[in-house]
Amino acid sequence: MDVRVSGVRKEFDRFPALHDVSLDINSGELIALLGPSGSGKTTLLRLIAGLETPTEGKVFFGDEDASLKSVQERNVGFVFQHYALFRHMTVIDNVGFGLKVRPGSSRPSKDEIRRRSSELLDFVQLSGLEKRYPAQLSGGQRQRVALARAMAIEPRVLLLDEPFGALDAKVRKELRRWLREIHDKTKHTTVFVTHDQDEALELADRVVVMSQGRIEQIGTPDEVYDRPNSPFVYSFIGESSSIEVQVKNGELWLDGQALSISSDRPDGEGLLYFRPHDVDLIEDSNGGIAGTVVASRRVGATRRIELRIAGVTDHVEIEIPADHPATETSRIAFRPKHWRVFPKS
Amino acid sequence: MTLGFTLAYLALIVLIPLTGLVLRSASLGFPGFWHVATDPRTVNALKISFGTSLIAAVINVIFGVIVAWVLVRYRFPGRRIVDAIVDLPFALPTAVAGIALTALYSRNGWIGHWLDLIGIKVAFTPIGITIALIFIGLPFVVRTVQPVMEEIRKEVEEAAATLGANRFQTITRVLLPGLQPAILTGFALAFARAVGEYGSVIFIAGNLPYVSEIAPLLIVIRLEEFDYAGATAIATIMLLISFFMLFVINLIQAWSRRRYGYGA
Repeated sequence: MDVRVSGVRKEFDRFPALHDVSLDINSGELIALLGPSGSGKTTLLRLIAGLETPTEGKVFFGDEDASLKSVQERNVGFVFQHYALFRHMTVIDNVGFGLKVRPGSSRPSKDEIRRRSSELLDFVQLSGLEKRYPAQLSGGQRQRVALARAMAIEPRVLLLDEPFGALDAKVRKELRRWLREIHDKTKHTTVFVTHDQDEALELADRVVVMSQGRIEQIGTPDEVYDRPNSPFVYSFIGESSSIEVQVKNGELWLDGQALSISSDRPDGEGLLYFRPHDVDLIEDSNGGIAGTVVASRRVGATRRIELRIAGVTDHVEIEIPADHPATETSRIAFRPKHWRVFPKS
Repeated sequence: MTLGFTLAYLALIVLIPLTGLVLRSASLGFPGFWHVATDPRTVNALKISFGTSLIAAVINVIFGVIVAWVLVRYRFPGRRIVDAIVDLPFALPTAVAGIALTALYSRNGWIGHWLDLIGIKVAFTPIGITIALIFIGLPFVVRTVQPVMEEIRKEVEEAAATLGANRFQTITRVLLPGLQPAILTGFALAFARAVGEYGSVIFIAGNLPYVSEIAPLLIVIRLEEFDYAGATAIATIMLLISFFMLFVINLIQAWSRRRYGYGA
């Protein structure tokens, strides 16, 4: 089922949570809504589910205007961060709940509900635990039950709100891979919210990066990582360094020196963004950005150094090979391999 | 050590006085005890006591749960005041409550006047007793259910809604079953309190033997007649019935605790 969010705005007590957000989700896609807390990602997810109503704008499921429908009618599978299982029901009753509350005509028989529920429990690798109560399960198992429960209603779209947020790191990685497998088998259109960039980049077909109630960028994991389109995305996903520069005639200048780095921005002040690990070290005073090493730390396979650069207030970080001879106070010059210049805000 | 302390304390505060009660009534011998137990006046008083207490506890469960729900889920001006008012029946001397209720419900009282016009007599009937018992029992239900309700995450209701459950199904299949242990506790407390209640009831009951005389009052009457054995015999019967009912409620709770794997 295609899902289309069109011009949605949401205010809570006059406080805007989403400003004019539009998003097209293709059928069968696995999409991540990624952003820091307060970016509006959960609000967007809840708007798609119908748990919130938009102040303005519409949500379409296929060609049908879902904004006119209640949560119950939308037929979405929603998985909550804290599972929200019914604790007085056994695992199998939890999974079968959505089928049991259907009105008489569309409700499967008791045996059919039981059969389908245990099939789903099998599918999420929990067979044998049918008679347990949620309190008797681990966090990872509870979240699997929650997913099976959401899938039992044959949802048109699966929505997951920080599904692994309450789990410890190891279980989280396992479930991440497992969710991808489930998605590849079932092909449910799936949207999940996360603040963990690794999770989003590893799991999603496309990542929607959000900040302060707006969508900053939509793209494949490669696109958002390799071609961030705003300073926010540059700094939120992966490591980044930035330097204040001048743009003159399509070239970048710093402290009266040409850096032999080109830019298609109009003349004026700008911010140069690049990845600290994505730089070439070059001979000093041969163009490029030169500075004095003020700090050096070993980080995994590389060494991260801080440079003091004339005309730049903050220290700038780059990564160099671990065996590079540079020590504190040595001079180093470099040129980013990939970069973008954004207007200074 | 702690077990020893618990047992010693329980014995001192609860068991020894109750044993004394039973021993005293035993001085009647079985025929004498049986005579008191089957005396129509005793039987009627017990029926009225337990009957009105049961009805009052059931009504308190229904409205107590609603009151707790409103206090937990809704934010309105004066909510804290309403929250405090719920505790008043705890604090008010019961006789004051009884006199106030009698003034309200007697034939020329504010409410009793209107009820009298449609032919309902409240004061000096079992209905009046029930009303007094509802008054004193309400906080027990509200205060036991409220904290458990506060723990219900909104997400559980939302989960039910996304799965297609309408409001009624969400309440009857998701919310109430989750509250059942707390509701049972509230019921047991309100009921137990109502059975032993004396002060507020005697003013509104009218205390007509066979009609509106409660068992605790009958005990006092026997005491005033210096019939200590008779009084303790009635008390022993009350004790047995109450203990049996509370025991059954406890069994149900232990069973549901085991089922859900968490404390009530």
